[in-house]
Amino acid sequence: EFMHLKFYSKKKKNKKPKKKSPEGNAESSGVEKEEEKMEKSEPGAAAFPPTFSVSEIKNKQRRHLMFMKFKQEKRKQKMQLKKKKKKEREALGDKAPPKEVPKTIENQRVFDETMVDPEDEEVAFDEATDEFSAYFNGLTNPKVLITTSDRPRGRTVRFCEQLATVIPNAHVYYRRGLALKRVIPQCVARNFTYLMVINEDRKMPNGMVLCHLPDGPTAHFKISSVRLRKEMKRRGKDPTEHSPEVILNNFSTRLGHSIGRLFAALFPQDPQFVGRQVATFHNQRDFIFFRFHRYIFKNEKKVGIQELGPRFTLKLRSLQKGTFDSKFGEYEWVLKVSNFSLRRQKSCDKETN
Amino acid sequence: MQHDDVIWDIIGNKQFCSFKVKTKSQGFCRNEYNITGLCNRSSCPLANSQYATIREEKGQCFLYMKVIERAAFPAKMWEKVKLSKNYEKALEQIDENLIYWPRFIRHKCKQRFTKITQYLIRMRKLVLKRQRKLVPLSRKVERREKRKEEKALIAAQLDNAIEKELLERLKQGTYGDIYNFPVHAFDRALEQQDAESESESEEEEEEEEVDDEDVGKREFVADEEVEESDLSDFEEMNKLRTSSDEEDEEEEESSEEEEEEEEEMEMETKTKASRSKGKSPANGSAARKKRAYVEIEYEQETEPASKSRTT
Repeated sequence: EFMHLKFYSKKKKNKKPKKKSPEGNAESSGVEKEEEKMEKSEPGAAAFPPTFSVSEIKNKQRRHLMFMKFKQEKRKQKMQLKKKKKKEREALGDKAPPKEVPKTIENQRVFDETMVDPEDEEVAFDEATDEFSAYFNGLTNPKVLITTSDRPRGRTVRFCEQLATVIPNAHVYYRRGLALKRVIPQCVARNFTYLMVINEDRKMPNGMVLCHLPDGPTAHFKISSVRLRKEMKRRGKDPTEHSPEVILNNFSTRLGHSIGRLFAALFPQDPQFVGRQVATFHNQRDFIFFRFHRYIFKNEKKVGIQELGPRFTLKLRSLQKGTFDSKFGEYEWVLKVSNFSLRRQKSCDKETN
Repeated sequence: MQHDDVIWDIIGNKQFCSFKVKTKSQGFCRNEYNITGLCNRSSCPLANSQYATIREEKGQCFLYMKVIERAAFPAKMWEKVKLSKNYEKALEQIDENLIYWPRFIRHKCKQRFTKITQYLIRMRKLVLKRQRKLVPLSRKVERREKRKEEKALIAAQLDNAIEKELLERLKQGTYGDIYNFPVHAFDRALEQQDAESESESEEEEEEEEVDDEDVGKREFVADEEVEESDLSDFEEMNKLRTSSDEEDEEEEESSEEEEEEEEEMEMETKTKASRSKGKSPANGSAARKKRAYVEIEYEQETEPASKSRTT
């Protein structure tokens, strides 16, 4: 079979990008690449031409076969290398070099200057005087108005209802073609602190506008992977009326901080631990995962959690300074969709390891 | 010469007219100068040498007129008159321009003008209302985002993170006195952090085992496999036993058996507690799988005996 293939190799030119040459090396007796010319001049050479790459075989079956062999050879070499390393490590025992940590996205990130230091005074001062200070000082209680875009379908309606059970003191209102700009002053008049609009597309919720009301920031999120209560596996019973605790993970840049406070102010300041419910907003690589659990401490080292309630993921698309005003608003941050993913370069705007 | 009848005879019925669009019930005329939009003998602009229309450009209405005298000059065939924005005045203008024209054309012109003004009004009203903006989604970007989200979810390890956070809060005492867990466990952890000598930790463990109520109980356990797999559940137990583990594996002391007993006690109480609550937490089931075989061992010894009796 290999002798037959030699005919093809004779016809090809000398200047070939030598990508898959190791295949030849593995088969033959280690002929160098520079000796290809010599081989061409010797028509009767029995050695397998080394710069022959698998992709040149026209016959699909044979090409596939050769490629499989090539892969197997590679795999074998890899296994041998691994075994050797393992033996060396065992032989050295304690003196072996420490195991290498695998590279993850979180490891490789370039440090982001906007990371918040816990003791940063400027940040503390900002947070003491921003729109949420009223909430964090205990002056206001959260009151949330949940609505949808025009003509919501069943899934969105159910999602809103479930959200209303998760967030205490939340009211769902049917949007009858009202303009948001007119809705907002009415909400303010009735002492609402939050306006949440679930946008719908093709019978599924896909966007959320979260507006903190007495001229607070407006955040626009993209919602994905919504799971309603009845689609959850191994879930518990419906959540009770107790106010849940809140866990905010990984909101560590300036932007992350403000978004974290936005979420925190949705829930009342003093959670009722009797209810044993916890709402989690976990930020990982700019995706915010929302989960709602009931926990139980089995002993001081073990806790069991059981998921109730809906789950969804959010991705921030824009943060606007005032209340909702898409035309004339002042945007603090807008998501830039770059086709060229600079994963290893700048860190994501919102988070840390 | 303009022979309207001949023209109509040809294009209307017998041969092809490029402006005609036929449907099952009716024919339409796509000619821009057509006044009614239907394909009729009286509405066809090609087959009528004296014709008038109303057309609208950027919100402005114009009256177009065609007379037979100009039929030889196609460039100047249509006379364009700008109509006033006032509805009544425009109607008067139409009347004045189309004086002595056939009734049909006058009437249809006014009708068309009315319709045009109505839709212009509606357009102006709609602009003031909420406008829906359609944002195009890039398929490639969406696909990439979906994949990134999946990867982020895996990297997040949500359950672990939540549990860790809850345990942290418990340790820091945010829950106050609700949960009455034995305090010496906290002390144990604290002292482990302070003191770094192994012997101290061993002594504490042995003392606490003596205090256990179930010292005399016997359990049938497998060997060290049980210990390791169960210990991996407890992060802190790992810390506690890194030093003592090696010693335990080397020397089989009585303390080792007692430790195993203690673990099994805890595990049994936990499983009983979780069973009594009637819940099956997702993590609990995963953890239970590791411990499950301990239970199975225990049960298998009793069940076959009972079965053999019945058979």
